[in-house]
Amino acid sequence: MLLRHTPTEVKEREGLTINPAKTCQPIGAMYAALGIHGCLPHSHGSQGCCSYHRSTLTRHYKEPVMASTSSFTEGASVFGGQANLLASIETIFSVYDPEVIAVHSTCLSETIGDDLQQITKKASDDGKIPDGKYVIYASTPSFVGSHITGYANMVTGMAEQFAVSTGEKTEQINIVAGWMEPSDMREIKSIASLMDAKIVLFPDTSDVLDAPQTGKHEFYPKGGVTIDQLRSTGDSKCSLALGCVSAEPAAIALDKKCKVPFETLDMPIGLSATDRFIMALSKAAGKPVPASITAERGRVVDVMADMEQYFYGKKVALFGDPDQIMPLTEFLLDLGMRPTHIVSGTPGLRFEKRMKEILERAPYANFRNGAQADMFLLHQWIKNEPVDLLIGNTYGKYIARDENIPFVRFGFPILDRVGHSYFPSVGYSGAMRLIEKILGVLMDQQDRVALEEKFELVM
Amino acid sequence: MDTQNINLLEGREKQVYEKTAGGAEIEIACDKTSLSGSVSQRACVFCGSRVVLYPVADAIHIVHGPIGCAAYTWDIRGAVSSGPELHRLSFSTDLQEMDVIYGGEKKLYKSLVELIDQYQPNAAFIYSTCIIGLIGDDIDAVCKKVAKEKGIPVLPVHSEGFKGTKKDGYKAACHALMKLIGQGSTEGISKYSINILGEFNLAGEAWIIREYYEKMGIEVVATMTGDGRIDDIRRSHGATLNVVQCSGSMTTLAKDMEEKYGIPYIRVSYFGFEDMSKSLYDVAQHFPDRPDIMEKAKEIVRDEIRKYYPEMQKFKAALTGKKAAIYVGGAFKTFSLIKALRTIGMSVVLAGSQTGNKQDYKNLKEMCDEGTVIVDDSNPVELSKFVLEKEADLLIGGVKERPIAFKLGVGFCDHNHERKIPLAGFIGMYYFAKEVYESVMSPVWQFAPRKGGLR
Repeated sequence: MLLRHTPTEVKEREGLTINPAKTCQPIGAMYAALGIHGCLPHSHGSQGCCSYHRSTLTRHYKEPVMASTSSFTEGASVFGGQANLLASIETIFSVYDPEVIAVHSTCLSETIGDDLQQITKKASDDGKIPDGKYVIYASTPSFVGSHITGYANMVTGMAEQFAVSTGEKTEQINIVAGWMEPSDMREIKSIASLMDAKIVLFPDTSDVLDAPQTGKHEFYPKGGVTIDQLRSTGDSKCSLALGCVSAEPAAIALDKKCKVPFETLDMPIGLSATDRFIMALSKAAGKPVPASITAERGRVVDVMADMEQYFYGKKVALFGDPDQIMPLTEFLLDLGMRPTHIVSGTPGLRFEKRMKEILERAPYANFRNGAQADMFLLHQWIKNEPVDLLIGNTYGKYIARDENIPFVRFGFPILDRVGHSYFPSVGYSGAMRLIEKILGVLMDQQDRVALEEKFELVM
Repeated sequence: MDTQNINLLEGREKQVYEKTAGGAEIEIACDKTSLSGSVSQRACVFCGSRVVLYPVADAIHIVHGPIGCAAYTWDIRGAVSSGPELHRLSFSTDLQEMDVIYGGEKKLYKSLVELIDQYQPNAAFIYSTCIIGLIGDDIDAVCKKVAKEKGIPVLPVHSEGFKGTKKDGYKAACHALMKLIGQGSTEGISKYSINILGEFNLAGEAWIIREYYEKMGIEVVATMTGDGRIDDIRRSHGATLNVVQCSGSMTTLAKDMEEKYGIPYIRVSYFGFEDMSKSLYDVAQHFPDRPDIMEKAKEIVRDEIRKYYPEMQKFKAALTGKKAAIYVGGAFKTFSLIKALRTIGMSVVLAGSQTGNKQDYKNLKEMCDEGTVIVDDSNPVELSKFVLEKEADLLIGGVKERPIAFKLGVGFCDHNHERKIPLAGFIGMYYFAKEVYESVMSPVWQFAPRKGGLR
């Protein structure tokens, strides 16, 4: 009963955040950077940040996560971290030999005013960056946004610092991945391949954070978008950004720099959002939707129809990150469920606006994001109006246990289960998986609490 | 990059030593921050103080800074409590850009007041993170003010991440505890009493240890900090002896208490039959006028070893000749692990620590077999290299080492945060042996390429 400390009465808090539903920008930048082939993410700050981010990503993906640190000391914090970063760049290229170093800042380096652009330029001018190798950067102070904005910033950095426009457009479509799992990125590529659409997906953590057992420790596993592919994004005929918070800024940057028109879509989670993605991709590629995809969709709708009685009217509390929350809420509505309490620590106007649209179908829903939109508030809401299902990352397990609510793990981080990084949540197969998971916990609960005489074989 | 054919990081030569016959004296350069640009396994000052103080269960712990530091340390390891669980909630001032510009003192003050009104805790610890050190919030003043208004100890923990290494965080934690000690009444405390220091009650380990001492007839005044309580800590200066396990973190406090209150301390270890027994005897020896305490200690050791020894032989038979690589936080833990591994027939081919000092490494050299590699502040490249070169069958480490071991196709034992079962005490040695056995002998390795599976 860990959370017996949560009182029912909701009081406005002025400063305090309790049990956050978000974390800080640098970890998002680190995750995004791992989606470039041969890239070593670099944390420009003190050792702890890098260590925490690596630990958290390691726990979530169960994979070795490599990243280096500027190892700030008191001296660096007073005199600036330029010397540390320059030394780091030299050390990294000579010892770890990556293709790219993706530097992100921390609250520490931001506050002392280190200018990553200027320092990287100096490194280049001083000849510290070997030919054919690159250093990119993103500004990710921890006191702004969340891990999601950090991800968006690093992906934007990739677009801004790699894309080149040769003046000749290709048939290629850029797909900017919002924060999703390696399995999701694999699924997007698979859908595009089924449709015969020529795409470049970035970032791409598949085959990086779900690498096979080889008996070796591969510092740079085989996956990840290559530099050549990133350069080519400037000549692509268009971009599809999957997520208005974590992916759209990169698409905007590409449009600005290389005149690549873009369309922003919800991350393809659930039926409707996947439909829109499939149609948009089909249109952009000028290719029809293949029968196999149509059939897969048909199977999802069939299962939804078969099981509608179990979903209808069930109240759901969910928490997590914007680009996942938006389509997930829509999917819950499509299933006939009632998304009742929704919390996301990540602030953002685009997010709020889109949620407002989605929640027109659920005017009863409590929704809050940004400051004090934490799991403590979510728990209080649940105490006041109980729900039938909770969806969110691992930290939700405390609430689920205390309130005896069926719980589906979804989002980041998931520290106590496997599967999330191996099976997709996007596309029709992802929708099917979500249905299976939701139905599984709802029915398990029904069996668990059924009175002896009401315990049945067929449900 | 193939991690097997890699040279040592430049500037790290002095932190790696291989014991050879007639080899050079060991002169490991420790106490250094990691080289800029290295993939270090180390953390920061804040991490040090947070992990040490966090198990004090009836206090609130507020992380003053941007959200990350609080988020990553939210319930970071299962330091369990027999009562309140305030420590497992994550409180943060979640500083935003404007706070960084205008200062976070007001936000801290409001947060503290809100929390204390809500929970009526027995004390509050305020951790200052990197950013606080830079923007210069006077957290001491805020703490003082709130302490006065609310009538509970409100303790600043100066743990700005960049101001040193994890060890400095331990010191900051000890300083905060020292402010509590001496505030309570020592009336009624037995002459035969101890404090247990540097035991964090992961998976209930402090309970096991406490029970042994209590069975011996010794009063345990405070456990610092596992399953810790503010009132116990406040009167802990009434104990006769301090028993320090995690030497890296709590020796500072033991020394301070010795200086201020004249309480002597001893270093112990609860890992392995050998060190666990010694820990009980060493404490018993401290009370020579009560031979019954020593008698009781002997009885416990006898009974416990008798209980677990036969089972252990099964593990030993299977594990004899297997090799282990150790890379953990504290050096003292490494000593125990080497002994414990020997008990089950395993040798050690790599021994490393994140926070060892010169003397620790000298001792390590004494203990290790020839050919053993000794490292300070290692990184994944080195670890992989040595594990493969030395053909280890097991890696003992922390969170970040686990998937590396598994990728290499060797067994793993977590000796840090992710422990579900206790490894301390006699029963802990049994669990340790069982865990090592199960991991090393797991049928999965037959499928791993290195052990002859499909390539």
